[in-house]
Amino acid sequence: MTTTLRALLGATALCATAGIAAAQDNVTLTIATVNNGDMIRMQGLTDEFTAANPGIQVEWVTLEENILRERVTTDIATQGGQYDVLTIGTYEVPIWAKQGWLVPLELGEAYDVDDLIPAVRDALSVDGKLYAAPFYAESAMVMYRTDLAEAAGVTIPDAPTWADIRDAAAKMTDKSKEQYGICLRGKPGWGENMGFITAMANSYGARWFDTDWKPQFDSEEWKATLTDYLSMMNEYGPPGASSNGFNENLSLFQQGKCAIWIDATVAASFVTDPKTSTVADSVGFAQFPNREGVDNRGNWLWAWSLAIPTSSDAQEAAQTFIAWATSKEYSELVAEREGWRAVPPGTRTSLYENPEYQAEAPFAAMTIDSINAANTQKASVQDVPYTGGQFVAIPEFQGIGTAVGQQFSAALAGQMSAEDALAAAQSNTTREMTRAGYIK
Amino acid sequence: MARATSRNARIGWTVAAWFVALLIFFPILYTIITSLKTEQEAIAGFDLIPSFTLESFQTVQSQNNYFRPFTNSVILAVGSTLLALIVAIPAAWAMAFSPTKRTKDILMWMLSTKMMPAVAVLVPIYLIFLWTGLMDTRIGLTILLMLINLPIVVWMLYTYFREIPGEILEAARMDGATLRDEILYVLTPMAIPGIASTLLLNIILAWNEAFWTIQLTTTNAAPLSAFIASFSSPQGLFWAKLSAASVMAIAPILVLGWFSQKQLVRGLTFGAVK
Repeated sequence: MTTTLRALLGATALCATAGIAAAQDNVTLTIATVNNGDMIRMQGLTDEFTAANPGIQVEWVTLEENILRERVTTDIATQGGQYDVLTIGTYEVPIWAKQGWLVPLELGEAYDVDDLIPAVRDALSVDGKLYAAPFYAESAMVMYRTDLAEAAGVTIPDAPTWADIRDAAAKMTDKSKEQYGICLRGKPGWGENMGFITAMANSYGARWFDTDWKPQFDSEEWKATLTDYLSMMNEYGPPGASSNGFNENLSLFQQGKCAIWIDATVAASFVTDPKTSTVADSVGFAQFPNREGVDNRGNWLWAWSLAIPTSSDAQEAAQTFIAWATSKEYSELVAEREGWRAVPPGTRTSLYENPEYQAEAPFAAMTIDSINAANTQKASVQDVPYTGGQFVAIPEFQGIGTAVGQQFSAALAGQMSAEDALAAAQSNTTREMTRAGYIK
Repeated sequence: MARATSRNARIGWTVAAWFVALLIFFPILYTIITSLKTEQEAIAGFDLIPSFTLESFQTVQSQNNYFRPFTNSVILAVGSTLLALIVAIPAAWAMAFSPTKRTKDILMWMLSTKMMPAVAVLVPIYLIFLWTGLMDTRIGLTILLMLINLPIVVWMLYTYFREIPGEILEAARMDGATLRDEILYVLTPMAIPGIASTLLLNIILAWNEAFWTIQLTTTNAAPLSAFIASFSSPQGLFWAKLSAASVMAIAPILVLGWFSQKQLVRGLTFGAVK
């Protein structure tokens, strides 16, 4: 009896020790991400990571962008610790880092942090510390149909003005053939139409707020931005444009219904992919336009980045994963499997110096030029109290940006005039900024 | 002449009914059609004839294993409905056969909990789940879904039980039946059709719940609602894959609904003529 009991106790102790040892060796990383092509590819390559790091298991949680943001915010605010690695953008990183929600990254010598494109690295750093590593980054640029341009006798310069774009859109429009001169975002949302319109406003010399945080929608620059946007879209845009976002315009462009589309640089790899695009071999690229006399090309910069919340209990393993997923070696791995075209763009200088990449990606030069030109520290030619390019990096912007986006989208749908939309934007934003304590 | 008119009218009504039914069913039908297209066909515009490729289903399955969320959905939907029935049958019995003057108020109050937007209590419930270790567990979500659907279950059962004459229960009591016997052997068998429709409707409601099941799960307990959500993309067109994921998620419940439509219709229209 005693022997049995002893044996049992011994076995229990052994199991317990084994359990502890296993717990130390086996870390499970929960990674929250969005369903974009590059992220899906990363999920597919997870086995490579776990093979090189046998003690780490990886679980993926893929969610729609807004749900992801909601879930991650709730989790961080309540210190829930559900996630070890988060996929977030350049909007969240500075705000969350200042709140103390993110762990500063120490990715080691071999990572070559100096190879990260400076504009992207700056956008993800607070007080000189990197809080998120860029997985892929984008600016905005003009994508246009070279065949239609040629047929219409139009040349779009590499650095066009808005007047050039309007002129080209007019000449390439043929509504009887469902061929629209220009496609731009119209769907309301701070990250949808306001991403585009804010960048356009920057390039018109406008700014969201003056140095006392007073909204500037009553300025001449904003009026010019919105009137030009509306008239271009009404005259040369597709029908129902007020519900078009990135995906809808991508679909229109790929089907050959848009002559010009101005949007995120990451779209370039989609529209030139013969597997999904009917116009793959006739797409030209140009920089984001500016208003004549304004030295500003929108300053659009976004980077889907990987960060670690302070609530994670596997921070060391999370750093290892991030270092792997955003490394040069990862790019080489993708290139080896699927070709250089499929490598996540916009994060490392070395990628754009790579002749193989340059040869396979016709959009490489324009992408890197656009990213390098983006200044998120001072988005407008006028003085501004905020950072951020196509957004204002303050927590209130999600709400304010979406509310203003709804006014502008209503104007595009013909429900109100540009003046009324701007007046409503001005009064709403003033009220919200006063309530939030920015305007004393 | 009269007969002809009524026949014409009947044909008219039948055509109208088919039209309305098709209108309602069309989004589901088009989802199924899109799931059988290639990604390029899916974005090419409206077309009712797909190329019948199963490519999207294969990609969806290889990208995200279907069986774990499927199992979770079954456990959550069936589990929460059974739990709800266990709680609701005695409650509805009490309200139907021994009403007090506050019974109506209690019923209304129970229903009023459904009127609050769920997001209003997100943070408290999130914190409770965190502190009790229920986050991302099937048991936590089963209990929560049970609580969410409980008002509807009680209401439905209450209306069925009201249909059963109280005298039968009295007679059982006269024959010496205990309370347990009365509910188990007299009331329940008579109310089986009602209980069955309640069960079916609640399985469907729990299966389709897409707020809490996404907010309170990460990987272990994530059901099919989270599975669909993972295929929506902000940058990239994956309509065929999204449709395939949706078809995989709704197929089981669609089949269940098809076979039990008689009970469902009865459940939904019960008491409507009174």
